[in-house]
Amino acid sequence: MIPAAFEYAVPRSLEDAVAVLADCEAGTAAILAGGMSLLPTMKLRLAAPALLVDIGRLRELAGISRASGRLRIGALTTHAELLAAPELAEWRVFAETAGVLGDPQVRNRGTFGGSLAQAHPAADWPAVFLALRGVACLRGSRGERSVRSEDFFTGVLTTAIAEGEILTHVTFPAGDGRSGAAYSKMRQQASGMALAGVAARITLDTAGRIEESTVGVTGIGGAPFRARSIEQRLSGLLPTPSILEESCADVPEADPTNDLHADADYRRQLLRVHATRALTRALERARSAIP
Amino acid sequence: MRRDAPPDLIGARVPRVEDPRLLAGRGAYVDDLQLPGMLQLDILRSPHAHARICELDVSMARALPGVVAVYTGRDLAQFLKPVPSAGGMQGFNAPPHHVLAVDRVRFVGEGVAAVLAQDRYIARDARELINVTYDVLPAVTDPGVALTPQAPVLHDDIGSNRAFELRIGNDTQAALAASERIISGRFINQRVIPGPMETRGAVAHFEPWEGRLTVWLSTQAPHLMKREFARYLDFPEHRLRVVAPDVGGAFGAKNNPYAEELLAAALSLKHGVPLKWIEERSEHMLATSHARAQAVEVHAGVRADGTVQALHYRLTADMGAYYHAITHIGPMMTAALMTGAYRIAHAATDIISVFTNATPTDPYRGFGRAEATYFIERTMDLIARELGLDVLEVRRRNLIRPEEFPCTTPTGHVHESGNFQLCLDRALERFDYEGTRREQARLRAAGRYLGIGIATHAWRAGFPSVPGGKGYVTSGWEKSTVSIDAAGKIRVVIGTSPHGQGVVTTTAQIVAQQFGLLPQDVRVIHGDTDAVAQGNGTMGSRSLVVGGSATLLAAQQVRAKAIRLAAHLLQIDPRQVVLESACFRDAGNSQRGIALTEVAAHAFAGPRDLPDGMEPCLEAAVLFEPANFTTCFGTHVCAVEVDVQTGAAAIRRYIAIDDAGRAINPTLVEGQIHGGLAQGIGQALMEGASYDSAGQPLAASLLDYATPKASDLPHFEVELTETPSTVNPLGARGIGEAGAIGAPPAVVNAVLDALAPLGVRHLDMPLTPQRVWRAIQEARA
Ligand SMILES: Cc1cc2nc3c(=O)[nH]c(=O)nc-3n(C[C@H](O)[C@H](O)[C@H](O)COP(=O)(O)OP(=O)(O)OC[C@H]3O[C@@H](n4cnc5c(N)ncnc54)[C@H](O)[C@@H]3O)c2cc1C
Repeated sequence: MIPAAFEYAVPRSLEDAVAVLADCEAGTAAILAGGMSLLPTMKLRLAAPALLVDIGRLRELAGISRASGRLRIGALTTHAELLAAPELAEWRVFAETAGVLGDPQVRNRGTFGGSLAQAHPAADWPAVFLALRGVACLRGSRGERSVRSEDFFTGVLTTAIAEGEILTHVTFPAGDGRSGAAYSKMRQQASGMALAGVAARITLDTAGRIEESTVGVTGIGGAPFRARSIEQRLSGLLPTPSILEESCADVPEADPTNDLHADADYRRQLLRVHATRALTRALERARSAIP
Repeated sequence: MRRDAPPDLIGARVPRVEDPRLLAGRGAYVDDLQLPGMLQLDILRSPHAHARICELDVSMARALPGVVAVYTGRDLAQFLKPVPSAGGMQGFNAPPHHVLAVDRVRFVGEGVAAVLAQDRYIARDARELINVTYDVLPAVTDPGVALTPQAPVLHDDIGSNRAFELRIGNDTQAALAASERIISGRFINQRVIPGPMETRGAVAHFEPWEGRLTVWLSTQAPHLMKREFARYLDFPEHRLRVVAPDVGGAFGAKNNPYAEELLAAALSLKHGVPLKWIEERSEHMLATSHARAQAVEVHAGVRADGTVQALHYRLTADMGAYYHAITHIGPMMTAALMTGAYRIAHAATDIISVFTNATPTDPYRGFGRAEATYFIERTMDLIARELGLDVLEVRRRNLIRPEEFPCTTPTGHVHESGNFQLCLDRALERFDYEGTRREQARLRAAGRYLGIGIATHAWRAGFPSVPGGKGYVTSGWEKSTVSIDAAGKIRVVIGTSPHGQGVVTTTAQIVAQQFGLLPQDVRVIHGDTDAVAQGNGTMGSRSLVVGGSATLLAAQQVRAKAIRLAAHLLQIDPRQVVLESACFRDAGNSQRGIALTEVAAHAFAGPRDLPDGMEPCLEAAVLFEPANFTTCFGTHVCAVEVDVQTGAAAIRRYIAIDDAGRAINPTLVEGQIHGGLAQGIGQALMEGASYDSAGQPLAASLLDYATPKASDLPHFEVELTETPSTVNPLGARGIGEAGAIGAPPAVVNAVLDALAPLGVRHLDMPLTPQRVWRAIQEARA
C-alpha cells in the first residue's frame, strides 16, 4: 500500500485549480477530492499521477442550494451530508442512497462529485443522477459548460469531463408535488458496491397515471444507463403492482457482466427485482407527495 | 475454592482493563515500533500459481539509491535452511519449503525476491524494478483433481500430490454393512482466510556487541517462536528475545514461524542492523495461512428411528502448496471429533491430504473442530430428511447423555464431562421451537421461506502435551508466576499471549479474588520472553482453561503461604486465619487482624523472622498440565428467511447457548462468542477463497473476499450454562471458538430448511445470494 512518488498542489481557488491543471502535460495530473477512490488506486499502483491537485478545500464547490426551481449540489458535498441534508427532503432518494453507500468513514470523506467523476460501473450516485435527470456543470480553462446526465457517462470509468476540467456542481429539478424517487440496491457482499442498483423517478398526472418515469441503472455492466424500455412501457399507465413488475420483466438495453459475484443471468434477475422495488417505492412517494 | 473464597470477582462482569488504551488509539503494534537506522524489508511475490523461474534479474533494483541489498531464493539458499514445517511426522511426505522460492513457484503469493532498503518507499519502488521471467506450468487447486494421475505434480521428489494418508477410528465396514440403511452425502468446508485486522509484521534487531537478537512479532505464541527461531537460525536461545506487542488479532494464523519473519531475523543477523517487515493487506490475502479446505464423503449407517449405528468419512484435506507449522493437524482433529455430540459405536475417517497450488493452510478459530462439527451437523440434518424425521428428534436420539461421561469415542477422544441436553433444552425453550415451526408453516402458505437450523456441537479445547512429541506445539502445559510486592500489590507473569481475548482482565480477577483485592491491584505481564521465562501461547481455547488454571494454582499457593505467615505474625494456628478484603483475621477474635500490606512487607524479612523453613517473598510459580482436553459444547438455533427473488438469506434470530464450564467474566465470554459467530456466519454465507483453473485467486482483496461487517450480522442472543469441567481446577471449558464452530452448520441447516419446499436439497458454503438463487432455479426447472 505504498504509492509511487507524486507532487501535491493545493490551489486556493477554483480559478487557481483550473490554471494548475491547464499547465500540466495531459494525463499527468489527477484531481483529488475525498480520495476514497483515487488513493486506494494509487496505493495499489494502478494509478501513478505525477501531480495531485487537491480541490478538497475549495468552499465554492461545497454546499447545497436552490435557485429557480432547481437544486444545486456542489461537487464536494459528501455522502454524509447528502444523508442528512434538510434541503433535499423532497427527494428522499438522496438520503436513501447515501445510507446504503459504503460505511461512515467513506461517507464522511467521499464526495458526490468524486463519485460521478470516478464513474465506477457499480457506484450508486450515477443511478440517481440519471433518474433525476441531473445536469453536470464543468469548468475548464476554456470556461464553463454543462452536460446532461444521459450524455455524461461515456463508458466504464469514463465520463464527458475533459482533460483539465473540474466538475463544479450538479443541478436537478426540484420536487413538483407529484413526483417521487427511490433507490433499490443489492450490495456485492465484499465491496458493498452495487451488484445491481436501480434509481427510479415517477411523476404522476392529475388522474394518477404515470406521466413520466426515469430509471437509472448501475452495477449491471458497462457504464450506468437509463432503462428506457421500462420508462416507455410505463408511460401513461395507471400503475398497479403487477404493471410495475411486468414493465421490468425484460430490459433489452442491459448488457450484464459475468464475474465472481454475479453471472449475467443473476444480474438480469437482480435488475428485474430492484427495478420493481425502486419503482414501487417511487410510486408510493409520488402519491404521498400529492397534497 | 468455591467454599472459602468470596464469589464476587469470579463471574463478575468486570470491564476489560485492556480496552481504554486500545480504544484511545494508544495501542502499540509492531508497525508502531521505530528504531534508529532501521531498514525495511519488502518481498516480491509470484503472480503465477505454478511456474519455473527462468530469469530473475535484480540488477536494476540493486542499483536504485537507498537499496541496501536484494536477495533471490537461490542467494538465500546458500546460507538459510528451508523453513520449519509439519513435515517431521513419520510417514509424511515433507517437501522443502524455501524462504523464497528456488527456481520454481507453487502458489500465487509465494516469495520470489527480497529487497532491503532505507525506507519503505524505496523498498517498494525497488520491488517494481525486479524483472522475472516465468515459464508458466499447469496448476491444480482442486484437491480432488490434484489426486488424479493427469494432475500436475507440485513436488517432483514426492512424485504425486499426496501429502499423507491416515485412518483414525475403529472398524466401520461390518457395522455399515449390518445397518438398516446407509445414508450418503458429500460436504465441503471451504477454504477461507482468517483475516485479522492487523496483518503480519516483524521487527528484528540484532545487537552484535551483546550478541543479542530481539524479534518483535505479531504472533500469538512468542515462546514457541523463540524456540523455532533459535533452532532455525542456529542462534543461542538464551540470547534470543521474542516480543508480542499489541497484536491486532490472529485467529490461529499467527502460530506459524513464517518465511518472511525468519528472513527478517536472518537478515538482521547478517547485516547487523534492525529491520522491519510489514505485510500489506494484499499480500496478507495471499501469503498468510488460509484455513479449513476440507471435504468429506459421508456414509452413515442408521436405523429407521434415526439412531446412527456407524459413520464413515473419506476426508480430503487441502494442505496448499507446502506445510505450515501444524497444517497436518487439521484433518486429524476433524477425524478425532467426527462423532460430534453423539454416541456412535462405529466411526472412522480415512484422511487423504493433498498438496495444491494454493496458499498453505493452517489453524483458524475452530481448527479441525469447526470442520468436524459442520460435517456431523449437516449429516444429522441429512439423516432426518432422508428418514422423514424431525431434525430435533434425530439429535435427541443420538446425543451422549449426562450419565455416560466420561465417554470415549471410536476415534479415541475422551469427552470428560458434559450436559449436552441442558443447552439443547434451553435453546429450544428460548427459541420457541414449536411456535416457530408453526410460524414457518404460516409464512410458507404466504409464499415466504423461513428455515430453522440447529447445531448441537461438542468439541475439545485446552490440549494436553503429546506423549513423545518433540515438534511444534506438542507441549500442553502452561505456566504462571504470582508474586506480591512489599506494598501488597500483585504481579502475575503468564505464559499465554493474549491478543484480544481479555485474559489480562480474567487473570486479574482470578488472582485478586484469592486475596480480596480489586482487579486493578493485579498487574499481568505477558508476551515478552525476557519477562516471561516459560510459556506456550494462546491458541485452541487454552488461555483460561490451561493458563488460567496455572494462575489459580499459583495464586492459591501464595495465598496459603501468606496465611501461614499471617498466622505466625498473629501467633495463631493457620487454620484459624480468615482472609477477607486483603486482611487476615483471627477467626477466634474478630478484633485481631493484620493487613495483607503488612504481611507482604514482612515477607521480605530475613528467614529468621519467618516461620520455620519458609523462604522470603510471597511468590509461587506453577506449571499446569491438563490431564485431558476439556469437552466444549452448546446448542445454536437460528431462523433464516430467504428472499427467493434474490437468493439473499437474512438471519431473523440467532440463539447460542454455550457451556462455559465456569464463566470468570460473562461479558468477555459473550464477546468471544459474538466474534466467533461473526466469523462462523461469514463462512456460512459470504466467505470463500476460491481459485480459477489457472490457480489465480478469485478473491484476493477485500473488494472481492467478503469478510462480514457489523451490518451483515443479526442481534445475537447468547446465554451461558455452567457445567464445571473435570480436568482443570477452574472448571472452565474453553469458549473462544464456540461461535465459529456452531454457526456454520446452524445457518446452513436453516437455509436448507427454508428451501426444502422448493426442492433444494443441498448447497455448499458460502451460501451467497447468487448460489442460493441459482439452486432455486435449478430445483424449479
Ligand atoms: C471502503 C469503500 C466503500 C465504498 N463503497 C461504495 C458504495 O457502496 N457505493 C459507491 O457508490 N461508492 C462506494 N465507494 C466509493 C466512494 O463513493 C468514493 O468516495 C467516490 O467514488 C469518490 O469520491 P471522492 O471524493 O472520494 O473522489 P476521489 O477519490 O478524490 O476521486 C475520484 C476520481 O474522481 C476525480 N474527481 C474527483 N472530484 C472531481 C471533480 N470535482 N471534478 C473532476 N474530477 C474529479 C478524481 O480525479 C478521481 O479520478 C466506496 C469506497 C470505499 C473506499
